[in-house]
Amino acid sequence: MPAVSAAQVRHVAALARLSWDERSAPKLVGELNEILAYISKLSELDTADVPPTSHALDLRDNVLREDEPRKGLAQAEALADAPDSEAGMFRVPRVVGGQ
Amino acid sequence: MTAYEPVIGLEVHVELKTATKIFCSCSTDFGAPPNTQVCPICLGMPGVLPVLNRRVVEYALRAALALGCEVEPASQFARKNYFYPDLPKGYQITQYERSYAYRGHLDIEADGTSRRVGITRINIEEEAAKSFHGTRGPGGAGESYAPPRPSPDSPESAAGGGDEGEGYSLVDFNRGGVPLIEIVSEPDLRSPEEARAYLIKLRNLLLYTGISDCKMQEGSLRCDANVSLRPVGQEQLGNLVELKNMNSFRSVVRGLEYEIKRQTAVLEGGGRVARETRGWDEGRGATFSMRSKEQSDDYRYFPEPDLVLLRVDQAWLDRVGAEMPALPEARLRRMTQEQGLSEYMAGVIGADPLMAAFFDECVKLQGAGAGAGGGEGAAGVGGAITPAALANWITGDLARLANAEGVEFDALPVGPEHLVDLLRLVDAGRISGKMAKNLLEECWRAGQAGEAGQAGQAGQVGKAEQSGKDRPVAPLPSAIARGKGLEQVSDEGEVARIVASVLSGNGEAVASYHAGKDKALGFLVGQVMKASRGRANPALVNRLVREALGARS
Repeated sequence: MPAVSAAQVRHVAALARLSWDERSAPKLVGELNEILAYISKLSELDTADVPPTSHALDLRDNVLREDEPRKGLAQAEALADAPDSEAGMFRVPRVVGGQ
Repeated sequence: MTAYEPVIGLEVHVELKTATKIFCSCSTDFGAPPNTQVCPICLGMPGVLPVLNRRVVEYALRAALALGCEVEPASQFARKNYFYPDLPKGYQITQYERSYAYRGHLDIEADGTSRRVGITRINIEEEAAKSFHGTRGPGGAGESYAPPRPSPDSPESAAGGGDEGEGYSLVDFNRGGVPLIEIVSEPDLRSPEEARAYLIKLRNLLLYTGISDCKMQEGSLRCDANVSLRPVGQEQLGNLVELKNMNSFRSVVRGLEYEIKRQTAVLEGGGRVARETRGWDEGRGATFSMRSKEQSDDYRYFPEPDLVLLRVDQAWLDRVGAEMPALPEARLRRMTQEQGLSEYMAGVIGADPLMAAFFDECVKLQGAGAGAGGGEGAAGVGGAITPAALANWITGDLARLANAEGVEFDALPVGPEHLVDLLRLVDAGRISGKMAKNLLEECWRAGQAGEAGQAGQAGQVGKAEQSGKDRPVAPLPSAIARGKGLEQVSDEGEVARIVASVLSGNGEAVASYHAGKDKALGFLVGQVMKASRGRANPALVNRLVREALGARS
C-alpha cells in the first residue's frame, strides 16, 4: 500500500498552489494515509474480468454537437462574480512560471 | 574528441479554425473584446458539462489522414491537472492514454537528403485562455503586457519572475476552449534545418486540409522541441531538454542551434546535460532555464468522466477523406496530368493552398455548368472552358489584382462563380478577351463596394470561415455586361441587318471594293462596328460583310 510522506504533502500543496501551515504536516500525513487505506480496500476486489471503464453509462454512440455558434455571456455577466477585474478581464495574482 | 549527434523531436500545437469552441458553442472569432465569447462551460463554472464539437473531430481526422496515421476506433479524453489562472477548471481536457491517432509519418527533404519522420501520435485538446502579465505602478498593466503563453502546458517563466509576487495578471477567456490538435513526432530529426523542413512541410500540408490558418506569428501554430545529444554511433539517447517559446520558423532553427552548441559545450567540459525545460529568448538569442515544471505524474492524468469515448468507424473516416481537399503532391499530379496545366502554372497554384482552393472551386463550377448544358449564362456552348484557361486567369489577372490590394484568395471581392461566369461570356463569343479584363476589374470594384456597405451595417456577422462560402455580393459579370449593353452582338440576323444598312449607305465604298480596292473592305467593316457601337462580334461582321459584298457583285 502506498504511503504518503511529508515531502509529498508539501509537493502536492505546492502544485495546487495552496498556502498551508507547515506545522500541520504530521496531521495531514496521517489523514491522507487513512484515506488511502480506506480507498485501497477497493483493490481487494477481483477485477480481472472487468474491462476498465471511464464512464458510468455504457454509451456506444458518440455525443456530439454541431459547429454552430450561440451567444454566451455578456462581459459584465462573465465578470460579475470575479473578485477583481480590469479592462474587461479577470484580475488575478501574478503567477508566472511553474512551481 | 567525441562527435555528437543531435536528436530532435517536435511537438506542434495547431489551432483548428472551427466556428465554435471544442466543448461549447461560443464563437472562436479572433479580436472580439475580452471575455465576450465565453459561457459557463468555458469559464469552468461548476455543474456544467462539455459536449464535443463534431467538426473538431472531423478536422482532427483530416490531419490524421494527411499524416498517414492509424485512427483508433475508440479514443478517450483525459484530464491533465494543473493550476494556472488561464485554466479555469484546474485541468485541461486532452488525450493521454488513448489518443485518436497514432503511427503516421511525414517525408521531408533537407540538407540534400530526404527522410521519413515518424508521427508518434496526435491528440485533440482544448486551448488555454490568454493572460497578460502586468505590474503595479506607472503605466500599469497596459505597458508591460508579456506575449501570450505559447501553450497550455508550457507555463512561461519570464526570467526571474516570482510566484504571486508583486504585480498581477489579467485573463481573457475568449481563447479558452478553442480546439487544438497536438502533433507529436518521433525523435527522428537530426539537425535544426531538418526541424525547419518538417515544420514547413507540416504547415503546408495542414493548410491544404483547410483545418487551420497555421500562422506561427499569431500563435495558431506553435512548436516545442525536444533536443538531446549523443555520441555518434550510440543508440541510447542523451538527457533531453524541452525547448519552448519559439514563435517563428527562424526562432526554432536559432533556438535549436543555440541549444546544440550549449549541450555540446557541457558534454565536452565533462559535465552532464540537465534534464529540464528551457525557454528561447529571441532578444538575447539564448535559451534560459525555466524552473522545473510538473513532471508527468504530477499532472495526475485520469479519464475525463464528463465525456464518453470518441468512436470513429471506417464509414466516418471515409466520408472525411472524401470531403478533404487534395493534398499537395496528389494535387500537383492532377493539375499537370489530368487538367492540362503547365508545370509552372501548377507550381504557382500549388504553392498557395488558398489559390488552389479557388481554382478547384472554379473547375467544379465549370464542370457543373457544362454538364447541365451550359446554364443561363453560357449560351449553350458549354464545356470549352478548360482548367488551363481558368488557371491562366487566376494566376494572371486575379493574382495581379489580389497582390495589388494585398488580399488572400479566400477573401477576394469576387468569387469562383464570377470568374466562371466571365469565361463563359468570352467562350460564347459574347465579349472579347479585352472586354473581359475590364469587366473583371469592374466586378472586383463592385464587390469591394458591396463589402464596404455590408461591413458598415452588419458589423461582425459570422466570419467567412468555410473558406469563402458566403462570399461577395458583386453582381455577376454577365449581369454587369447586360446592364451596360456591353455584350457583343453575335446574333447573325441582327448583325446582318446592320451590315445591310451600312452597305446601302456607302455605295461608293462598295463600288471601289468591286473595283478591286481591298482597303474598302476594312472601311466597311469599321463602319459596321461603329454602327453597332463596338458591340458586334468582329469575326461575324467580317464574314457577313464579305458575304454581302459577294452577293452584290
